[in-house]
Amino acid sequence: MNQAAPAPKDNQGDPVVRIDARLKVTGQASYPADITTANVAYGALVTSSIARGKVSKLQMDDAKAVPGVLEIVTHGDMDNTHKPKFGNTGASSIGPLHDKTIFYDGQIVALVVAETFEAAEEAATLIHADYEDEPPSATFESKGVKVEPAAGKSPMLKEDAKAGDFDAAWAEAAVKIDEKYSTPTQHHNPIELFSTTAIWQGDQLTIHEPSQNVTGWKVELARQLKLDPANVRIISPYIGGAFGSKGPMTARTAIVAIAARRIGRPVRCVVSRIQAFGTQTYRAETRHRIRIGAGKDGRITAFGHEGWEVTSRPDPYVVGGTSATARMYNYGSVLTHVSLVHADRNTPGYMRSPPETPYVYALENAMDEMAVALGMDPVEFRRINEPEKEPIEGKPFSSRSLIKCYDQASEAFGWSRRDPKVGSMRDGDWLVGMGCATAIYPTAVAPCAARVRLTADGAVRVQCGSHEIGTGVRTIAAQMAAERLGVGIEKISVEMGDSTLPPAPVSGGSISTASVCSAVMKACDAVRDKLFAAAAGNDGPLASSANAKLDMADGKVVAETGKSAKLADVFKAMRVGAIEEYAEFAPKGSSPEALSKLYAGQPEFHGGEGDKDSVKYAFGAEFVEVRINRYTREVRVPRIVGAFAAGRIMNTRTARSQLMGGMIWGIGQALHEATEIDRRHARYVNRDLQDYLVPVNADIKQVDVILVPEVDHEVNPAGVKGLGELGNVGTAAAVASAVYHATGKRIRDLPIRIDDLID
Amino acid sequence: MRPFVYERPTSVSSAVDIATHADTGQSPPTAANTQFIAGGTNLADYMRLGVAQPERLIDLNTLVEPALRQIRIEDDAIRFGALVRMSEAADNGDVRRRCPLLAESLQFAASGQLRNMASLGGNVLQRTRCEYFRETSWPCNKREPGSGCAAMEGFNRQHAVLGTSDACIAAYHGDFAQALIALGATVDIEGQQGRRTLAFAKLHRRPGETPNIETDLAADELITAIEVPLAPWSSRSRYLKIRDRESYAFALASAAVALDMDGERVRSARIALGGVATVPWRASAAEDTLKGKVLDEAAARAAADVAFADAKPREHNAFKIPLGKRTLVRALLETRDMKG
Repeated sequence: MNQAAPAPKDNQGDPVVRIDARLKVTGQASYPADITTANVAYGALVTSSIARGKVSKLQMDDAKAVPGVLEIVTHGDMDNTHKPKFGNTGASSIGPLHDKTIFYDGQIVALVVAETFEAAEEAATLIHADYEDEPPSATFESKGVKVEPAAGKSPMLKEDAKAGDFDAAWAEAAVKIDEKYSTPTQHHNPIELFSTTAIWQGDQLTIHEPSQNVTGWKVELARQLKLDPANVRIISPYIGGAFGSKGPMTARTAIVAIAARRIGRPVRCVVSRIQAFGTQTYRAETRHRIRIGAGKDGRITAFGHEGWEVTSRPDPYVVGGTSATARMYNYGSVLTHVSLVHADRNTPGYMRSPPETPYVYALENAMDEMAVALGMDPVEFRRINEPEKEPIEGKPFSSRSLIKCYDQASEAFGWSRRDPKVGSMRDGDWLVGMGCATAIYPTAVAPCAARVRLTADGAVRVQCGSHEIGTGVRTIAAQMAAERLGVGIEKISVEMGDSTLPPAPVSGGSISTASVCSAVMKACDAVRDKLFAAAAGNDGPLASSANAKLDMADGKVVAETGKSAKLADVFKAMRVGAIEEYAEFAPKGSSPEALSKLYAGQPEFHGGEGDKDSVKYAFGAEFVEVRINRYTREVRVPRIVGAFAAGRIMNTRTARSQLMGGMIWGIGQALHEATEIDRRHARYVNRDLQDYLVPVNADIKQVDVILVPEVDHEVNPAGVKGLGELGNVGTAAAVASAVYHATGKRIRDLPIRIDDLID
Repeated sequence: MRPFVYERPTSVSSAVDIATHADTGQSPPTAANTQFIAGGTNLADYMRLGVAQPERLIDLNTLVEPALRQIRIEDDAIRFGALVRMSEAADNGDVRRRCPLLAESLQFAASGQLRNMASLGGNVLQRTRCEYFRETSWPCNKREPGSGCAAMEGFNRQHAVLGTSDACIAAYHGDFAQALIALGATVDIEGQQGRRTLAFAKLHRRPGETPNIETDLAADELITAIEVPLAPWSSRSRYLKIRDRESYAFALASAAVALDMDGERVRSARIALGGVATVPWRASAAEDTLKGKVLDEAAARAAADVAFADAKPREHNAFKIPLGKRTLVRALLETRDMKG
């Protein structure tokens, strides 16, 4: 055991090494744009340089004259296809080549295809678009935006959560705060660039593209291209950074497919870093007003959370994190409201813990302000407001270990050594600050199918159309199969990331471990049942243990009597070479059509606040130390400690890695990450990794992850709460609290920069 | 990227010949159709973005003159060949010991990979990273004279507050150049007209009405060496760089400081400011205020006020004035506390 492989505690699995680790670190794992295919042509996008208006003319003569140019796909060329749809599988309803209207900066206006990447790129720069441009509305206060209530516009927010009489409680509260917070636009910058490779064989289309949702994309792409979904295949075996960016399919996929069909050759289009800022989804800019009222004893009597979120003109993308913030503490009364602000921007989308990151940031920064207003220790303030039941509908939590997380994290961090007086802790020229915040993420699960085959030699093949987005789900599926079938992990092979495999839900919402493990478990158990029936049957090797309880271990069927039979002998008795089982898992409470919807790429999510019996969340507590130079005010984070409880932990190595990565991202959200917009033109200006800052190794010193044991049988058969999106929730608020503690300056707008701290 | 001719000369004179005989017209070197390339960390990037579109590249990495790759430590000077890589100079023990400022200004720049590639001659000629300059869809007087400046009223957090003009506010982002200008370095230049030595302070031009003309060099001229005099202040010197993250980021503000102390009093101070100006920026007036003074926090503040007296903020970069001052104060005090 070492730091990367924490010793498992109760209800925690071994830190098994990722089964694809060697492939990845030796460069042998093939990512979608690495796939070799004969006779491939290369595509380069041309994107708009205005945010609102119309393309009046595309001047293409110079581009066509570039040697090697084969085709230019532009307006009109997609007319025989259906426009994209906005939803879980489609990033936006804007069909950029269906319509000459420009809805946002960086919108695709053409795809140039050439014999070489260089020729395509050169020709793309030579295409000149003439526009009829109109003044765009960039963001919240811009002239011309349309504001509307968010509730009911999207499944993400059916209604605004409320409870009790907020107005009365607010009016009477002895201590109160009423403050505004904001989070910036953030763009996905996975090191693996976005790409599409389209290959036609007759009317069969194969797409190689990094995807978190191969089944959903197959169905949606078939709809757009008017194909039978059976003729569309999406392949995405490895993904270099997903986090939601490769969840919804963008308009590019169909455009590249049409280009490939027109030239009768495979086409590969890798999107440049700059163009990804316009053509991919991103985290919406949000604003918040938080009101907290409490008695002098610190008990919260009134909680109000209003949110505003920027989205595109046509699509109601809702962030909507009030469902989590409204259930966080034992509020006496709750009032929430979310508004959408439609501007001339691309449709936002999912980015790691999409609702919770901005909304919980606002809540937790406000909780720290309230603790200051009450003169109370911020940990104690949360302890006092720990609920028995969630305040909106009065449902119990299936499990809630928040206080245990606070206890363990605060002890490991040394919170007791914190002098609460602002500006009181120093180390030479450095001001020291300490802060903390709560992490929360809803525990959901979705239907999933899996196929498991066991052969007489003990080899196991697991097939499931889920996606290895870097979380380790392939390893965890192997662990589950190894455990149920009693064989070593080295005997398991796992196939994922292909729409021809048994369907799995989108790898989003931290549902994959729970959903995939539940399906793999079910398929393995069906294999076990067959083996057990044969082993203990009349002619079976364990016939004498017919009534004994059977299990599988060490490549054998083992009876509780102590007798055992080798797998090879059971297979001999069955006169078969392989046992293969296909299992469909549907969570408790699923609708009758839940499984057929899975095949149609529309999986139902269950859990979170939506179940009847209980609400289901994973929790954590994060503690941060900051150091701020007394002259120059740069903020550095020498250490961060997080304790998290998330039901059964399948693999302590991959769990720690997910949570650590989340906290590091949280530090980036607190201090670095923001897409800057030129408000006059509604155009992004820092569209590269030089100016779009994320933390580098030198920014991250000590990161400690504590996995707090927790058992929860209610969440799903595997007992697993997803934790992939838990780690970066709350981090930015903990940093903001620490900055306040060090300087006395309360920064409410992220990211926190020198600009805010210097005077 | 457009196709281009790629030349690999073996001597400085043949490199200059190629540049001379190519049809460069009257363009400043950055717009000439023939350009030199060494590490390529800046030029290759800008060629990919369409910001630079040379028809001919002259690769200097094939030049055989040994002096181009040597660091010579002499009694009164350090002499760097122009093809010495940033990392070689930063890691050189003698450079670190004799003049910490030089080594630190290199060590805190870019990333390890970039420092291994980038040459010192190319480094001092790096072009601005202004977001509006980098992307050809914006108007930019530096890239396309007369087209306007999108940064002036746009997002200008990174931009300069010193040395700006009505045509351009793009910052000079290099670090090494701040050390060189503070220490009174010279550059050796070879071109069609022969060899010349130029004070480093005269190499870069303020934007004025012609921000497209960035240096005193002609298109056929090549920097072959950089010489830094060693003086009583060299060993008590340092580079303080303040940035949004701990590594791999441009300076929001930086200060290159070298001090010659007579006990508590300043005999002579050398100061340059990075991240805040359009060109490498020597703060001579601030230096003068410190002469003969006891260097305490008040004196440092007074010098910093003088250094930024003419600063002109825009909408998003006003913080650079207090930050630049505080950076200088901290650098002065930290340098004072070094062992001379």
